[in-house]
Order: sequence, then structure tokens, then C-alpha cells
Amino acid sequence: MSRKTIWGLGAGIIVLLLCPLFLPRFYVYLVSIILLYGLLATSLNLVLGYGGIYQFHHAVFYGVGAYGTTLMLTKTGLPAIFAFIAGPLVSAAFGLVLGIICIRLSKLYFGMLQISLGSLVWAIVYRWYSFTGGDDGIHGIPMPEMLSSPKSAYYFTLIITLVSLFIMWKIIRSPFGSALQGIRDNPVRSEMIGINVRMHQLLSLVLAGFFAGVAGSLFVVVDNTVFPDMLFWTLSLEIVIMCLLGGGFTFLGPRLGAAVIIALRTFVSTYTDYWALVLGIIMMLVIFFLPNGILGYVEEKFKRGFVEPEIEER
Amino acid sequence: MLEVTSLSKAFAGFKAVNHANLAVEKGEIVAVIGPNGAGKTTLFNLITGIIKPDSGRVLFKNEDITGLSPHEVCRKRISRSFQIVNVFQRLTVFENVQISVLSREKKTWNLFTPSASLAINETDEILESVGLLKKKNRTTALLSHGDRKVLEIAMALGGNPEFLILDEPTAGMAAEETSRCIDLIKKLSQTMGLTILFCEHDMEIVFGIANRIMVMVRGGTVIQGPCEEVRCNEAVQDAYLGGSDVCLM
Repeated sequence: MSRKTIWGLGAGIIVLLLCPLFLPRFYVYLVSIILLYGLLATSLNLVLGYGGIYQFHHAVFYGVGAYGTTLMLTKTGLPAIFAFIAGPLVSAAFGLVLGIICIRLSKLYFGMLQISLGSLVWAIVYRWYSFTGGDDGIHGIPMPEMLSSPKSAYYFTLIITLVSLFIMWKIIRSPFGSALQGIRDNPVRSEMIGINVRMHQLLSLVLAGFFAGVAGSLFVVVDNTVFPDMLFWTLSLEIVIMCLLGGGFTFLGPRLGAAVIIALRTFVSTYTDYWALVLGIIMMLVIFFLPNGILGYVEEKFKRGFVEPEIEER
Repeated sequence: MLEVTSLSKAFAGFKAVNHANLAVEKGEIVAVIGPNGAGKTTLFNLITGIIKPDSGRVLFKNEDITGLSPHEVCRKRISRSFQIVNVFQRLTVFENVQISVLSREKKTWNLFTPSASLAINETDEILESVGLLKKKNRTTALLSHGDRKVLEIAMALGGNPEFLILDEPTAGMAAEETSRCIDLIKKLSQTMGLTILFCEHDMEIVFGIANRIMVMVRGGTVIQGPCEEVRCNEAVQDAYLGGSDVCLM
């Protein structure tokens, strides 16, 4: 990482830390949502951008994490900390089970089966009134005192998001991350140098499920509600778009994509119900002119001038 | 060391490999030759587990490895390169070989140590031995075709193999690159003691470096023997020269 990037990141984090001090309540809420959606999109990017696995229905793990945390909070008397640990773990378990079933298929077939199974989970949550609250969802989820104000929810979200991002960043740079990217580029070759492709992909799905679950739990903290739409496939599509828009081969791209989409949804939808139309047009422009996403484009521009001397130096 | 007995594989009724037999002794360089479509690549894919055979057996060091998956075959210290360049395009030359080394050391389950700090010396040594050290930080997509073919071999070496399978190692190379590649193969055999099985269309290369030659026609083994024996064999002349009695080469 260059010094510039470190300064940039540091500045970004400081701004985020100071946000609640001068922003009105609504914007604090909005930034929290952007943070946790960014985490969600980054967790998808772990398998989609770095793993090359077409996880089309990622929202399932987000929703399962949120419901896991909520049900622990409302149905058991255990301390809240267990609920926040349970949510992501349940998501990871779902990631494992759906992964084992789907991983036999590759590429688009994987995606199709994953959408079907994910929709099944959605249908169960949608219908099981006695347990999940059905299509009403669950509202007014009790939070521990520490997290009950928007400000504290914001800081909780910020810290957990940063920690999660850091862990994912480490994973991508680890030997496992290298192997995963190798598998994305060339599965046959990876097998032939001794990598067990299916098992590595499965682990990446579990990890992605876990971090999606973290994002889901954070949503419960910020919004105090859960509803079945969190597992609906249209949300999954939105997450995929976040990745593509921001840049699927960059680490922070999906985070940027999430910010753009949430901002669009919030601000454009106050003027028109057809905010998706604006998103559609932007998406088309991105696909035509910035095939590597916004951050992918910036990186490319930035590298063009700097990469050559770097080679000479080493 | 490697013993292939009566190996067969059919694709939708077409017998790509049909009762092929092959034996390779330790330290040998064996070439597989045959006209296009004779089943050479399919044979290699069967040995390395990329395709499962319909029947027949593959023994490696007296151990049955028939039908193992590729990553298991690799663990037995059999490595291969591919005919059509098959590398990780988005990664650098260094990273390509490094993954291979890390995989052999079973470190790919490590989630938290930065890759950049691992297996550096060994990867550099391999790159040095194949002559790619100076280009180690290039993205693979920017390499010349010849260099990418050599990178293929370097990746295969990352698995620290005893047995190396090369599928047309010099295909598409310029003359100068070809001669460097031949030197490299000779070096791997002589200094590192690798057993090498390769296939090739260029007879000059085949007769230049192989100890023994196996001739494949329509999926089956026609003959396997020392170069001299193969050169003037009638069946080989039939397959290659349409029945004239001129010797190959």
C-alpha cells in the first residue's frame, strides 16, 4: 500500500469518526446504512470479484444474519452479545449448507441453483408467522442500553465494519486469497498445481456468508427491525450492482458502489418513484465506459503513470 | 515409474484413447508422438486426472492413481504444463509460481499471513532456473508467448515434482525460444533428475532429447521403444509418411 493510500484511508476514517458530531440525525442513520451495505457488498465481492463464484442470491445470508440476531434477542434471555455472535455464525452455517449443495455446479448453473435455494429460505421466512413474524417482520427490537441511541449504533457499526473490512483485506492477501484468485482466473490450472478447488470455494462461501451475517446484525442495531424483504432476490441484485458499479476487482470498489446506490435511492426517490430508472441509466453508462467499475477506472488511470518505475525499482 | 495399462476413454462413442500402453522409467525422457487427434493430450489428461478413464490403469511408483482428482495427482509429485497456455492471467509471473509453491506446502488454507512474505526464496530460485527472474513483477498477460510457455513449466516446478508432463512445450515458439526451451528441458532432466514425459510435433526436438518414444495413432499405442527402433518402424512410417519406407528424420 502506498503512503498516499494510507493517508487517504486515515483521513476517511477520521471524517467517519467525526460525522455524528455535526451531521443531523437522519444523515447519521444514512451513513450507518451505507457502512453496513458497504460491508455486505464487500463480503459478496470476496466470492464474486475475488473468487469468480456467481453468488447471485447473497441477500439470504444478510437476512439470515439479521433474523438470527433478532430471534436470539427477542426469544431468548441470553445477553445481547450472544445474539450478535449467533447471527453471523448462523449465516456462515447457511453459507456452508447452500455452498455444499451448489458448489457441484459451476458458473451460471451455480447462480441459478443458488437463487432457487435462496428464494426457498425467503419463502420460509415470509410464511412462518409464529417464528419469524411472516411478512410483517419484527419491529421495535429491544437493544441493549449501550446501543440504543443512533449515535452509539453508528459508532458500533463503524467499528465492526472497519474490523470486518480489515479481516477481509487480510484474507484476500493471504495464501488462501491468492489461491482463490488463482481459482477465479483458471480453475483447471489450480487443480493441477494441487489446490482442492471445491474446498477452497466452499470456505470462501462460508466466509462471505459470515460477513454478510455481520452486516445483517448491524442492520438490526441501526434500524431495530427485520423484514422478509431483506432476503428477497431483488436486494441480491442490488448488491451485485454495487460490486459492478464500484469495481469488482478492487477491494474498496463495492463499498463505493454501495454508497452511490444508497444515496441515489434516498435522494432521487424523494423526487421521483422511478429512481431505479436513474440507476439503470448510470449502470448502462458504467458498463459501456467503465467496464471495471468506478474505482477500477480510477486505479487504472492512477497506475498508468506509476507502475513502470515501480518495476524498475525492485 | 509410471505405467499405463490399456487405458481407454471415449467421448460420445469416439474412442479418443483406445487401449493405450506406456511405461516410463525413472530418470528417462519419453516422448509421445502421433498425428493430430491421435489422443496425446487426452492421454495426459487421463494420467493427471483432469478426465476420468473408462477403463485401464495408471500406476505411479507401483501405486494405483487411476481416477484420482488432479489435486491429488499433484500431491503424488506429478506436475504438468499445458499445450494451450494455461496460467493466471491477472497475476504477476512471481505470483503464478508462488501459488504453486504455497499449494505444495499446503499453506493455501492460511487466512491471515500475507502471501507476499511467504515462499519468496524458493519462488525466486525456480524463476532463476527457468530464466524468468528478471520479469518476475510483470503481469502475465503482458508476457510473450514463449515466456508464458516457460512460465507454465515454472509453475509445474513449483510442485517440486519427480515426474513432469509437458504438453507440446515448444508449440508456437520462435526458433531462438525453442532452443532455449530445449536446453531447459535437458537441464531439468540432468541436473534436477526429473523424469519427463512430453509430446511434440517437431521431430527434431523429439529425436534430440528423448530417450525413448511412444507412437500413438487413433488413440492406441503403435510402438514404444528407443529412438532408433521407432525411426524405421513400418507402422510409424504408415502413420506419418503414408507407407513409404523412408525413415523419420
